Amino acid sequence: MSPADASTRVAPIVPRFLPMGDRALLIELDSLDAVLALHAALQHGRPSGVIDLVPAARTVLVTVDPAQLSLSEARRWVDRAAEAPPADVAVERTEPVVIPVRYDGPDLVSLAAVLGLQPAELVARHQAATWRVAFSGFAPGFGYLVSADWPHDVPRLASPRTRVPAGSVGLAGEFGGIYPRSSPGGWQLIGTTETVLWDTAAAPPALLVPGGTVRFEAVP
Amino acid sequence: MTTSITVVDAGPLSLVQDLGRPGFAHLGVGASGALDRGALRLANRLVGNPEGAPGIEVTLGGLRLRVGDPIWFAVTGAWGPVLLDGRRISLDDARRAASGSVIEFGTAEHGLRYYLAVRGGLKTDVVLGSSSTDTLSGLGPAALAAGDVLGVGDTATAPIPALDPLTLWAPTDGAVDIQAHPAPRADGFTPAAVAAFFEEEWSVSADSNRIGLRLTGPVLARRGDDELPSEGMLAGSVQVPPSGQPTVLLADHPVTGGYPVIAVVTDASLDAFAQLRPGQKVRFRHAR
Repeated sequence: MSPADASTRVAPIVPRFLPMGDRALLIELDSLDAVLALHAALQHGRPSGVIDLVPAARTVLVTVDPAQLSLSEARRWVDRAAEAPPADVAVERTEPVVIPVRYDGPDLVSLAAVLGLQPAELVARHQAATWRVAFSGFAPGFGYLVSADWPHDVPRLASPRTRVPAGSVGLAGEFGGIYPRSSPGGWQLIGTTETVLWDTAAAPPALLVPGGTVRFEAVP
Repeated sequence: MTTSITVVDAGPLSLVQDLGRPGFAHLGVGASGALDRGALRLANRLVGNPEGAPGIEVTLGGLRLRVGDPIWFAVTGAWGPVLLDGRRISLDDARRAASGSVIEFGTAEHGLRYYLAVRGGLKTDVVLGSSSTDTLSGLGPAALAAGDVLGVGDTATAPIPALDPLTLWAPTDGAVDIQAHPAPRADGFTPAAVAAFFEEEWSVSADSNRIGLRLTGPVLARRGDDELPSEGMLAGSVQVPPSGQPTVLLADHPVTGGYPVIAVVTDASLDAFAQLRPGQKVRFRHAR
């Protein structure tokens, strides 16, 4: 087990329910760790009638088909999961997805300077960290990655690029990420990968799914 | 000759839509699907299809189709001149089109989006269980273009229902009442802003699409300008960007967003947004 695994202890989860209309609950939590823990717990014993479980930075959105599962039933299910998360949730681990990266990004040198590092140190830290997919968004297959081994807060570009190539490996705020396809973007780019992140013919179509782990590996 | 339909002219925006691909929001994929779900369901029922069979969502009009082998079809949703071989046909009704005939959608007079169902359903590429075109993520078939040939499937499950001509009302041109729940960040707005949201009349902006419907009206003031971390969004979430002018998220919405949500439209009220025309008035009512 890597050091990151040991830190994933189940802390008490205190969900705050926010009103979200007639077919959803928005659950607010104190930290991203609590989001990850609750999301993991909810994936176990998911009742039929739950359509989507959408983790985000401080919230989990639960959407339901009210004909199959009422909002009050859904709320009781979330409360139970928060009070007594299944014991195996914290230890269940999938093998990390290894992403080969050419560290040739246009922002590598300038970002290293901003963070007070040599470019080689930045690259070494990016590779040494075990990353976890916290949530998706922005584009199909885009995973927001976090790591206990990554303490940096990376400023977004003052002026976003109109086109970031597919496979660009970037950093912004506390997050890492990889652009699954070309799009506009304001993340600082440190490298490139040829790994396919989104394939509609695959199951699941996204390589990076919430709760999964990721490591980066330099290639020439 | 196989059963197929040729697109002669696609008009401004004609898309294949079914009832979408719910269940993939955690991977960054929204549900998409027909904006007026009730109209698509009705069109499919009229030709004996399952309610969620893929049909065509025709925005405003302009679509012209040439029929291969004879088909049964029905048009619902917006009201306007829909011509079969040059003759205006009744809507909300199953019709038969002979081989080689032309179906033409004139500019909608009431409402904004027509729905065309063909007996058997359209046969297109299926992505994550759905034929819907998601205009935000780009998943699903491309928007229809002149020269496209659409296959017709064999998904009909019932005979063409025998019924008297339906007496449906045209989509209204007047003010539309929408039921909504205050949520989930309503406490981030001034009480006056929340009151104004439910009391004032809003105007539909021309700058609206399948991702979101923009409204213009009084500026909704926030209590502070703290940025929210992005959180999950729904079709029907009413976001308020810094401009103070609300946007109602529709079927192709991003799965997460960072603007505060002042209210969430009820599921039953959602279809109405599909038919609102620029300049039309909207009032929000407290859902019970």
